[in-house]
Amino acid sequence: MTDILKIKTPLTDEVVSKLKSGDSVLITGVMYTGRDAAHKRMIDALNKGEKLPFDIQGQIIYYVGPSPAKPGKPIGSAGPTTSYRMDAYAPTLIKLGLKGMIGKGWRAKDVIDACIKYKAIYFGATGGAGALIARAIKKADIIAYDDLGPEAVRRIEVVDFPAIVINDAFGNDLYVKGVEQYKQTI
Amino acid sequence: MKMREINAKQITDAVSDLCMKANFDIPDDVIQVIKKAYQEEPSPQGKDVLKQIIDNDEIAHNEQVPMCQDTGLAVFFVELGQDAHIAGGLLNDAINDGVRKGYKDGYLRKSTCNPFTRKNVGDNTPSIIHVEVVPGDKVKIIMAAKGGGSENMSRVMMMKPSDGLEGIKKYIIDRVRESGSNPCPPIIVGVGIGGTFERSALIAKKSLLRPLGTPNPDPELDKLEKELLTSINKLGIGPMGLGGRTTALAVHVIVEPCHIASLPLAVNIQCHSARHKEITI
Repeated sequence: MTDILKIKTPLTDEVVSKLKSGDSVLITGVMYTGRDAAHKRMIDALNKGEKLPFDIQGQIIYYVGPSPAKPGKPIGSAGPTTSYRMDAYAPTLIKLGLKGMIGKGWRAKDVIDACIKYKAIYFGATGGAGALIARAIKKADIIAYDDLGPEAVRRIEVVDFPAIVINDAFGNDLYVKGVEQYKQTI
Repeated sequence: MKMREINAKQITDAVSDLCMKANFDIPDDVIQVIKKAYQEEPSPQGKDVLKQIIDNDEIAHNEQVPMCQDTGLAVFFVELGQDAHIAGGLLNDAINDGVRKGYKDGYLRKSTCNPFTRKNVGDNTPSIIHVEVVPGDKVKIIMAAKGGGSENMSRVMMMKPSDGLEGIKKYIIDRVRESGSNPCPPIIVGVGIGGTFERSALIAKKSLLRPLGTPNPDPELDKLEKELLTSINKLGIGPMGLGGRTTALAVHVIVEPCHIASLPLAVNIQCHSARHKEITI
């Protein structure tokens, strides 16, 4: 395994430029959660000239809809959801300053191009490892769209959140590279 | 013959328990195959993912928390003995009451919503209930928690009879290739061939309930399953799509007769969190 890089949020262009597709990272700091319905609302808000529910500069959005927290726990299970459903919205947010997204599954060309143009990273986390990943989340507060339940936007504080760089800011894609390496003739 | 009475309340309580247990405890056959894959996976990143899955499923079991935040739509296969009588309420209501209770008491995520407004229903109902009447006076209830990520990668394809077995194999392999990292590989590929449009999908889903590592009762289909598994694991997708040899843990096939004009094919993809539990009352 390659070394694991420790990074902090918010992400700067300097950090983004150092990250390469295939790097394993541990992320510490504040992140925001958002998935299908929250993305639609954020983009609708922008279209109406309204502000986003948080300052997006340098931030990471984690595509997750956690299960309810048990008493005494900050959050329930919290693994990534599939990212392509956010592809329609992500380039707009990247253009506004979003520096990172965490999810699972391939992204559209528009998103990958925006990552190159505006220097942003798409990280992958292990889908179905919701109980394990929840241990890295120390605090979670709903800050917008409470009525969306699991899809509400949460401000989360994470320590050593495990992820891997899928798409870096240079156009490399681990999903393509990884498959190439292990593909055999059928 | 006297009917045996089964109280609806008993079904509600059993279903509530099934919903929680299915989400907390990975079936033993599934985790054994994942552990074997962990030993054999050559990709370091793939191995790392499999290790995370093994650790995760252990945490979920020990702490009795859901292994995945997507605790699924609650899908039920009910085998209702024709000499059993459900007393004190309707079978479907009893099951849905159990889902409401289990998803609330177990701190499970509620994932049903209105298709247009996307407003969450709030209690994870309605569940998906398939009832089959069988001989006997008992009721067997199988609960499967089906997540959205892998379900989204599933397809029904009305093939042409001229496509034949080769066309079927190609479609299945292409479906897995195109799904890539999305359905949380390593996956289980459920295949339904024959019946009608909806029947093919139902038998594809049903095939996912067969314990991993058990052979298909039909030797020809068993051979087909193994051939498809070998081909799929040559795609290179690997655990979570990071590259590797463990793309699927198994391929399960059910075949039924179909119309002379048709060749229905359903591919129901299941993520590695292959959650199901059953009870017989």
